[in-house]
Amino acid sequence: MDILYFAWVRERIGVPREWVETSATTVAALVEELRGREDRYAAAFADLSALRVALDQELSDFDASLNGVREVAFFPPMTGG
Amino acid sequence: MRVSVQGERFELGHEAEAFAQANTSAGAIVTFTGIVRQADQGGLVAMEIEHYPGMTHKALTEIAQTALERWSLRDALVIHRYGRLAPGELIMMVATAARHRKDAFEAAEYLMDYLKSRAPFWKKEVLADGAENWVASRAEDEDALNRW
Repeated sequence: MDILYFAWVRERIGVPREWVETSATTVAALVEELRGREDRYAAAFADLSALRVALDQELSDFDASLNGVREVAFFPPMTGG
Repeated sequence: MRVSVQGERFELGHEAEAFAQANTSAGAIVTFTGIVRQADQGGLVAMEIEHYPGMTHKALTEIAQTALERWSLRDALVIHRYGRLAPGELIMMVATAARHRKDAFEAAEYLMDYLKSRAPFWKKEVLADGAENWVASRAEDEDALNRW
């Protein structure tokens, strides 16, 4: 699945997007999987309360199912306006 | 209704005038404009605005559509820029047109409250000494959604 990162999450991980093969069934499980990969993921996902997630470009939450999802995006709380 | 996510500058006077002229039956037009603030200290040299291209237009359209229905607006306009902006440049504007001013004001506030916390934009300050800071979201911005 496609994973996108924005703002400081992108900076910590070092890439704006990547393709990840995963069998994770929820966002939380995907995060756990990523955290275990390398330190830069552990650093980016250290505090989930500082993060938001969008599934196929709709805001969602970390308990949500990944069933049928093609694109997951992680980012800090938005600061538009 | 028009939603524009753009890198290019826009002219406030031109946009406000065109919106008013397109809505002469409205009676009330409210506009709000966001501008890159010149910092009191620290020497801000630029504001870098990042967004989520696939999601931004859709999120803004949903927010504007909700405002249109909730306040029976005649029209709504949202323009939001991304990229590197200098102090004094316009970041964004919203405009609402309604029969009476109360609806136009309220809908504009609603648009701004939702846009700040629910539209996928992130701002980074670039300072004269080279430091870069991501602007943190404020709890008050999140709380502001509760009044709607």
